[in-house]
Amino acid sequence: MDFSIVWQYLPIMLEGAWVTLWITSVSLVIGLVAAIPLALARLAKNPFIASPAYVFVLYFRGTPLLVQIFLIYYGSGQFRLELTDLGLWGFFRDPWFCGILALVLNTAAYSAEIFRGAITAVPRNDIEAGRACGMSGLLLFRRITLPKAFRIGLPAYGNEVIFLLQATSLVSTITILDLTGISRQLISKTFAVYEFYLTAAAMYLIMTYALVYLFRVWEKRMSGHLQERVVVEAR
Amino acid sequence: MTLALSITDLHKSFNENDVIKGMSLQANKGDVISLIGASGSGKSTFLRCINLLETPSKGEVRVNGELMEMKTDSKGNRVAADQKQVDRIRTKLGMVFQSFNLWSHMTIVENIMEAPVHVLGHSKTEAHAKAMQLLEKVGIADKAHQYPDHLSGGQQQRAAIARALAMDPEVMLFDEPTSALDPELVGEVLRVMRQLAAEGRTMIVVTHEMTFAREVSSKVIFLHEGMIEEEGTPEEVFQNPKSDRCRQFLASSY
Repeated sequence: MDFSIVWQYLPIMLEGAWVTLWITSVSLVIGLVAAIPLALARLAKNPFIASPAYVFVLYFRGTPLLVQIFLIYYGSGQFRLELTDLGLWGFFRDPWFCGILALVLNTAAYSAEIFRGAITAVPRNDIEAGRACGMSGLLLFRRITLPKAFRIGLPAYGNEVIFLLQATSLVSTITILDLTGISRQLISKTFAVYEFYLTAAAMYLIMTYALVYLFRVWEKRMSGHLQERVVVEAR
Repeated sequence: MTLALSITDLHKSFNENDVIKGMSLQANKGDVISLIGASGSGKSTFLRCINLLETPSKGEVRVNGELMEMKTDSKGNRVAADQKQVDRIRTKLGMVFQSFNLWSHMTIVENIMEAPVHVLGHSKTEAHAKAMQLLEKVGIADKAHQYPDHLSGGQQQRAAIARALAMDPEVMLFDEPTSALDPELVGEVLRVMRQLAAEGRTMIVVTHEMTFAREVSSKVIFLHEGMIEEEGTPEEVFQNPKSDRCRQFLASSY
């Protein structure tokens, strides 16, 4: 094994790692924004709202992400004329757009299920106390249900974020040079398979651990009420 | 004078099961009315119908003379007709729950400020000052910045009473406020409630604390199977109950 070759290409690999982080964050933020209304739609009593959301979640959780990426990127080519008419071909021609779109839809579906579960797990007593104080509708949701659900769902959501980070490696299959894509390109040039993939793996590990740490800090900040009494009194 | 609270011929059934079978109650300002009765007699359900946490199947609820509007929805269920009205009236009916129902992710003082700030639109400074004053009153000002789970049951219930008081309610509804407490913690909560009664608060109290009902109430109502079996002043109900069931209940409660 000769890691000196990796050293030489390290700046390029770091660029790949940056791309991975960038795709992860963008998908994460848009996915989160989409997940909350989706979770609410899943919980809606009206079947015209609930069933489309159900089908969406069923599809995106029920099929492999790789297939979703291929469908969006390669599949859209088949509708090139229609998409051109709609002025959308510019987007669907772009692997970045297609990759991020697939990741967003996928993470939105998983996160929506996490939040749906969390919303249903909010204790009835908390809701009733809010109603008894004159809260209802959006105010009750915004002030009581959502903050509580967020705390309940946060550990599971942290898991989903880590999963998403790993899942971004799949966009390398549609020409994007993220950490995985760049490693593969460097390998085809140098044949140092083990060295580059091992380095890539180490970089993923570092990013994952950073996320785990961030979520741990966040969870701690959000759940002062679950901590030992001593900690609270020391503040 | 308008009645603080007037309930006429209230019925509540869950599916086919009639829980409240026509109850009426009038409360003047400053009245303390205790609802007593065996478990399952409908005391709590009746109390929850007053602020529409349960929608009555039939009957009228008036708060300060204002009728709570209800209607029948497409599925045949009784629902509130005007959520805005319900929300507004609920701010005047402070509710204290059996299991405190404090928001566990907020500190005590945040719990108390929540509704004044976000429902009544008071400023945070104003709400904070008032919250601290109320915490002082119920004797837990030193716990203001702790979370509910770090307090004893009695302290939590006193915080919950402060939360209800922060809305300046016209009527306070207590749903078995001491039933979830260890015996040695009951006293501190009852002390606060006695103080409120002495200040002239209008209170409807569902309770198993017979001493409290006898000493503090202006009126006692004994419920049996969703109906008023006996009502009157504490002297009338406790010393000279007319109904056999009430007599039996009181005998077993001492």
